[in-house]
Amino acid sequence: MTTKLFGEPVRRREDARLITGQGRYLDDIGSSAYAAAFLRSPYAHARIVDVDVTAAVDVEGLLAVYTYEDLVGPMAEPLPVLIPHPQLTSPRTGYPLAKDVVHHVGEAVVMVVATDRYVAEDALDKIAVTYEELPVVVGVDAARAAVHAVHDDVPDNVAARHHQETGDVEPALAASPHTLSFTQYFERSAAMPMEGKGVHARWDGDDSSLRVYTSTQASTSVRAAIAAKLQLSLERVEVIAPDVGGGFGVKIVHPWPEELLVPMAARLLGHEVKWSEDRREHFTSSAHERQQRQEVTVGYDDDGRITALDVHIWHDNGAYTPYGIIVPIVTATQLVGPYVVPVYRVQVESVFTNTVIVTPYRGAGRPQGCFAMERAMDRIAQERGLDRAEVRLRNLIQADQFPYDHHLTFQDGRPVVYDSGDYVGLMDKLKALVHWDSFEDRRTEARARGRHLGIGMAMYVEGTGPGPYEGGHVQVLGSGKVLVSTGLTSQGQGHETVFAQLVASELGVPMEDVEVTTGDTRRFGYAVGTFASRAAVMSGNAVALAARGVKEKALRIAADVLEVDPGDLEIDEGLVQVKGTPGASIPLRTVAVLSNPLRYAFDEAAKQATQFAGPGDDSKPPVAAGDAPGLEHTDYYSPVRSTFASGAHAAVVEIDPMTWEIEVVDYAVVHDCGNVVNPMIVEGQVHGGVAQGVGGALYERMAYDRDGQLQNASFMDFLMPYASEVPDVVIDHQETASPLNPLGLKGAGEAGVIPGSAAIASAIEDAVGRRIAAMPISPTELYDLVRSDADQVTNTVGPTNATGAMA
Amino acid sequence: MKPAPFGYADPTTVEDALDVLAADEGAKVLAGGQSLLPLLSMRLAAPTTLVDINRVPGLDGIEATRDGVRVGALVRHVALLGSTEAAAVQPLLGRATANVAHPAIRNRGTTVGSIAHADPSGELTSVLALTDGSVTVATPGGRETVGWRDFFVGPLETSVHGPAVVLDAFFPALPARSGTAFAEIARRKGDYAVCGAGVVVTLDADRRVASARAAYLSVGLVPEVHDLTDAVAGKPVDSADWAAAGELARGLVDPDGDLHASADYRRLLVGTLTGRTLAQAAAEAAGRTA
Repeated sequence: MTTKLFGEPVRRREDARLITGQGRYLDDIGSSAYAAAFLRSPYAHARIVDVDVTAAVDVEGLLAVYTYEDLVGPMAEPLPVLIPHPQLTSPRTGYPLAKDVVHHVGEAVVMVVATDRYVAEDALDKIAVTYEELPVVVGVDAARAAVHAVHDDVPDNVAARHHQETGDVEPALAASPHTLSFTQYFERSAAMPMEGKGVHARWDGDDSSLRVYTSTQASTSVRAAIAAKLQLSLERVEVIAPDVGGGFGVKIVHPWPEELLVPMAARLLGHEVKWSEDRREHFTSSAHERQQRQEVTVGYDDDGRITALDVHIWHDNGAYTPYGIIVPIVTATQLVGPYVVPVYRVQVESVFTNTVIVTPYRGAGRPQGCFAMERAMDRIAQERGLDRAEVRLRNLIQADQFPYDHHLTFQDGRPVVYDSGDYVGLMDKLKALVHWDSFEDRRTEARARGRHLGIGMAMYVEGTGPGPYEGGHVQVLGSGKVLVSTGLTSQGQGHETVFAQLVASELGVPMEDVEVTTGDTRRFGYAVGTFASRAAVMSGNAVALAARGVKEKALRIAADVLEVDPGDLEIDEGLVQVKGTPGASIPLRTVAVLSNPLRYAFDEAAKQATQFAGPGDDSKPPVAAGDAPGLEHTDYYSPVRSTFASGAHAAVVEIDPMTWEIEVVDYAVVHDCGNVVNPMIVEGQVHGGVAQGVGGALYERMAYDRDGQLQNASFMDFLMPYASEVPDVVIDHQETASPLNPLGLKGAGEAGVIPGSAAIASAIEDAVGRRIAAMPISPTELYDLVRSDADQVTNTVGPTNATGAMA
Repeated sequence: MKPAPFGYADPTTVEDALDVLAADEGAKVLAGGQSLLPLLSMRLAAPTTLVDINRVPGLDGIEATRDGVRVGALVRHVALLGSTEAAAVQPLLGRATANVAHPAIRNRGTTVGSIAHADPSGELTSVLALTDGSVTVATPGGRETVGWRDFFVGPLETSVHGPAVVLDAFFPALPARSGTAFAEIARRKGDYAVCGAGVVVTLDADRRVASARAAYLSVGLVPEVHDLTDAVAGKPVDSADWAAAGELARGLVDPDGDLHASADYRRLLVGTLTGRTLAQAAAEAAGRTA
């Protein structure tokens, strides 16, 4: 076959459009739409005493003002708890517009609609809300202390106690030759896509139907939510994710209040309404992730092999729990990584705070779990006087132990059974890639320059491609064009390229003939969404299966025409031909025409399929029983459980002891996501992930003060790294195919971010010889750390740190 | 994030600009807009009228003479950065401007606008102070020269009130047998400095240190200049203890802490940057003292 595309570094076909301004993002849609804007709470916890809109009504161009009082039916009920769980005993969600009490700064209280966004903001300025301030809870420690409650009826602030264990941990620890314990913190960051959220809604009064564009990672589910909340029949609602400028998790949450309120307003006003989130709104009214307090106790033997592990985590879930306890579960189950842990107990207490909600951000609890496990590895190495790589090697699951059952339950409700992997192989490649064994020479050279050099590593296993399912539809048109659609959405990952590669490969057509549509409920109504590194695994396999269905049908029809056995046919470059017999062929596009028997011809190609075009078999109906017209096929892929990707990262940091600036001078990644469809796209995913990992390790944090005010709600003070702060990344691949799906794929989207904080913390410790018990770490905090007398210092406690961890 | 309603005037003479400013107490001058427009969009500032001076001719010149460099109100950072004439007279101008934000901001932002904004983290505010410079202010009453000490009165606050346009800034020339250096530390490249330092070292004819002075960014409420000569006075340029001068500086400053740096950490950086920049400046001064 000449159309081999699977595994090739095909250039991203969407890039030309996206980087030359031809993309169609949310704000590019509906230039004549009315603009919605929101008045949001300036207090972290307060009772709404009065909302006075009288002065706003005089603003010329104001069209409507909505408060909670204007919401009716399901809209007046709390937003859904998307993922219920038996251990989520006290779920709480907000309302589309706040009712009585606000629970975090940024919560929407009033929506206005005006002729444009300027006027809408003028009107907001004139609305007077009277609040009665209530006590504020910020940070896991304050939530845990429970002096004040975020929700009156949850006095201990605990939304959920998530608990899993694989054996009796206390006797196992007691019987361990050695144990060590430590407490550490991980801070809040956020997804921060370039494009914020946004919604455009158009109500067709004549048709009683609604079209909604939203910058989402889950258009089918937004559609269902809108239909339910606005009491519309599902077929009256269509939801489309246009080009989406990044998601990284925050846009999997739905329905956001605005996704309901904007369509509601469009219907009430009989006019298009649009809302585009601005950056300040995104900081205080979208979602964050990652703050945890972790208490780790690990038992191990003389050789540094783990005998038992006991972890107790306090997880800050913010003010509400719309996304359930997915992040706590992911931390709890992915913490064990690539290691054999004979007895494991984990408890995660998911606690409320008066801060922005916490939902998955690329990595989704894994960076925290990796941080706990990898810090434990480093400490065991230190206690036993062993090389850090050697300790890890001794604890790795071996290649002959797959499938490996951790006896845990993953975020999809399915067992954590690692399907395949070669973790020793990862470690060997990583050590070679970063020259681990000759590092002391570099350290000596740096010392001569007055710099501290340090190296660190971290490994991870990532459950990817969770179900329940995705589907794909492939259709060959009479023109030869191949239409592919899948319901999950794209946020810039390169799906148009990868799915086209897969279909072109499976079907034997040129990639240029393949057109891919994602996230449009008009084209594909069934989908789950884009999250958890699942698009390639789920929709990749689904579109491949759909393409196989199309191929089977094409060969059947072509075999009839060519009077051969379908098994003797192949498709190459869009031509169905008899293997080894040049000339005996029929173009696939002709097969497509013939697949649909016609009465009416509307072009030359169609004539071939009309009823007088040629001799037919009068004894059979034109469409056989059980068959369908058209050369198309829909198929679904639904996995029995998640597939587990893996990797190993190493970082080299250089520290200036005169300024304590930290520079990541080398960053090495060995990555295994099973069979690779497009290595260029996988590397791009890894690069982006590493950038976010470096950001989370050294730059980004949500700096809440004790009053629950976010002190750095702009890109001036929230330090997302620039290209100048992100190191060059060297990558080596390992391909351990997944036995779970037809294409042998594992997910790649989140991998790059997971071990960043663990590896960089390890490297900084190695450089300065002080234990790091909280990430991120900044130069000013490192300066405090090296000046302190304590052997083990938590740098969350310091005069400069206004973060939730110490508030 | 859309500005509140405001009026807009684009006068073509300084006098017309002053007329608009005099008639409207809430009016503000717009030059490069790199600080003002974000403040407007966040509704942290709501001037009643923006007086856009970009159409006023004659304000975009860089005039380098033996005495110093005069930079007009519409000179963009990028122009000053590229001016070899200015650099020859006062090398600190280019060295400091290279640290101003990113190219997109340097293309629009103006040197004088940055000075009139009086942000103590501004690079050129500290250079104006270090070089003992001044600004020319036009008011309905005429034009006057205001020295930097009188001009900067607080963070984001100058002594100029009422209708006024800052027409230019004047940076005196580098004295003979002198060298300069400028360095800053920011969390990310191009960010506001956590701490920055500009220094001038002057030698005597025997290549001994005659004077060492430094100005800092993001350290005080207004630009401050510290004379560090005592730590190194009279020492041969090759053996002066610049780190000691850094230690001296560390004791002279009184910075505040914020999200990105504690006061202690800023003092550390003052010491380190002072020592390092003085050594560089001294080497340059030695090269100019043949």
